[in-house]
Amino acid sequence: MSDTIEKTAVRPPAPAVRLRSRFWRGRDATIVYALVLIVVLAALFIPYFASVTTVSFLLIDAIPILLMAMPMALIIITGEIDLSVASTAGLSAATLGVLWQAGHGHTSIVAIFVICLVIGAACGAFNGFLVAVVGLPSLAVTIGTLALFRGLALVVIGDNAVADFPTAVTTFATSNIPGIGVPTVMIFVAIVVVIFGVILHFTPFGRGLFALGFSPEAASFVGIRVNASKFWLYVASGVVSSAAGLFWVLRYSSAQSDSVQGLELSVVAAVLLGGVSIFGGSGSIVGVVAGVLIIRTVNYSLQLAGLPDTVLTIVTGGLLVLSVVAPSITARVRVLREQRARARDLGAPAPAPTGAPAS
Amino acid sequence: MKLSRNAAGGTLSRSRKVLVIAAASTAALLALTGCAGSGSSGGSASKHISIAFVPKQLNNPYTDVELGGGKDAAKATGDTYSVVGPNTASASSQVSYINTLTQKHTNVIAIAANDPNAVCSALNQAKAGGAKIITFDSDTDKNCRSLFINQVNAKDVALIELKQMAEQINNEGEIAILSATANATNQNSWIQYMKQELASNPTYSKIKLVTTVYGNDDDTTSFQVAQGLLQSYPNLKGIISPTTVGIAATARYLSTSSYKGKVILTGLGLPNQMRQYVKDGTVKEFALWDPAKIGQATVYAAKALVAGTITGKSGDTFKAGSLGTLKVGADNTVIVGGPTAFDSSNIDKYNF
Repeated sequence: MSDTIEKTAVRPPAPAVRLRSRFWRGRDATIVYALVLIVVLAALFIPYFASVTTVSFLLIDAIPILLMAMPMALIIITGEIDLSVASTAGLSAATLGVLWQAGHGHTSIVAIFVICLVIGAACGAFNGFLVAVVGLPSLAVTIGTLALFRGLALVVIGDNAVADFPTAVTTFATSNIPGIGVPTVMIFVAIVVVIFGVILHFTPFGRGLFALGFSPEAASFVGIRVNASKFWLYVASGVVSSAAGLFWVLRYSSAQSDSVQGLELSVVAAVLLGGVSIFGGSGSIVGVVAGVLIIRTVNYSLQLAGLPDTVLTIVTGGLLVLSVVAPSITARVRVLREQRARARDLGAPAPAPTGAPAS
Repeated sequence: MKLSRNAAGGTLSRSRKVLVIAAASTAALLALTGCAGSGSSGGSASKHISIAFVPKQLNNPYTDVELGGGKDAAKATGDTYSVVGPNTASASSQVSYINTLTQKHTNVIAIAANDPNAVCSALNQAKAGGAKIITFDSDTDKNCRSLFINQVNAKDVALIELKQMAEQINNEGEIAILSATANATNQNSWIQYMKQELASNPTYSKIKLVTTVYGNDDDTTSFQVAQGLLQSYPNLKGIISPTTVGIAATARYLSTSSYKGKVILTGLGLPNQMRQYVKDGTVKEFALWDPAKIGQATVYAAKALVAGTITGKSGDTFKAGSLGTLKVGADNTVIVGGPTAFDSSNIDKYNF
């Protein structure tokens, strides 16, 4: 009797509940809780934080990081990295500025956008070629292209700043959805996030990326096209970074050689904080989105509290270290706990037999 | 069977607990939003105002003197003074600071812009939120601020730097400029005037400006750039550095190199930073104005703007403490004073 009750109570909602409960207990959920906690704490202790203005100011600064974090998450899941994202964005920003200036405002800005995105794709393909085809370590390659693409941006635009972009476009870039304060551009960003989420979690290609991160050899044995996957991820990274660069220019109405400089650190920090393992093989888009929002919220609230930039840099660095250290600590704690549990299980009956013969 | 049942029950209750916490915190947040909203719209009609300075970057010795003047003036008038700003002098880094000030409903935002356009939309948002915008030291686009507090006439600065250089190299030879960032508004306008003067003044016809390089107002970068400059232009007679960071770094390099005393260095420097180089013969003379006066004038201008006694239009006048009465000139610009030349005879009279 009790048996049947139990079955009816547990079994029917089982798949859904199990999925949901797994989410609520998982690593992603921890990150989401951390985000909620930080937001609540900021709202409690930091004057002016709890307002609609916060939403718009905070989110608009999160957009470039959020965009670049998407392909970055996928790349880190495969066990590689792309440090050239901010420089690719910078090159794209510089190109936009120069082409717009050269056209004296007569060329279609949409056509220029397309050219910039193609340049971004080319940057990504260059990285992808060196990493996937030549087989060089991505850390070394993308540190090189970080400097290379920034250098090209300097060559393209030199020391001038282009600022006369059409006001209709720049106003759109900084506009908010009325009422809720969310930047309008966030709609496009959300689409990008959903696309990457679907690719990573709901396609064979995405599952292949996890396998690739665990073990490239095993992945190639089971038929995953390792090199092609990596190559296209870098191309995607180039295109999305380029789009982030275009947004950056329109948001600040100014294109120059140092646009987007140094943002790669925030992107990597956000991705790792979002629960993507730096060793590859695990991570999720939900976590990464939460990671980006955590970084931005912490930065914004500290800024609002009037703390100097130095503190912000230290906090970002600290969060990055924490995000790398925390998973390995929890893993070690789990292993220790399992060992102790096993010892207890083995140990509980153990004293009796060992004690008995002795006495 | 017992075990599995326990586990299932545990999971359910845990997820439910989480939901409750999430719901509670959301509710708390919503409540707080309401509170903050009503709180901020309430008070703030007192006579004392809040002025926030946004310098080009923090920890810049020149900026510190400027801000010091603002701090003293604010203390004298009883107003609230604060400084927020980025560590690096890049164009976009100031925007988020302006945003936070907008949100705090600061009465006046005084900014030295790293880029004339990048900060504009943020400043306009601040203006829409009720703040008055003043630029000091480095201007933005005219439409983005009510008033610009300028140290000196840009052309005067350019001319005194060029004159000091020309006299020391006997109006002949190759010179270079070591500037701040490539987009620095004031440095670029001085450089522009220098180029015009070199092209138009017959006395300077034998002086050739070979290049302009950028140390990004960073000590190490400026030092390295100065080093590179002397290597790539062996015939260089002199360097003009219209930035206090640049001139100090260049002087430090020259003083320890074989170029000491042979390559002339002029520009804009702080007496305290340049004293040892003037004394050891690396630098003969340089120029500047008293940066503290800019901060001081900014505070008084801010008060007058908020009180409504001036609007920032040309011809407006306001009292600025020990600076006397200042007048708003063309382009809504207030000019505080003229440049001063420093050399071994007068440098010990100044302490900033």
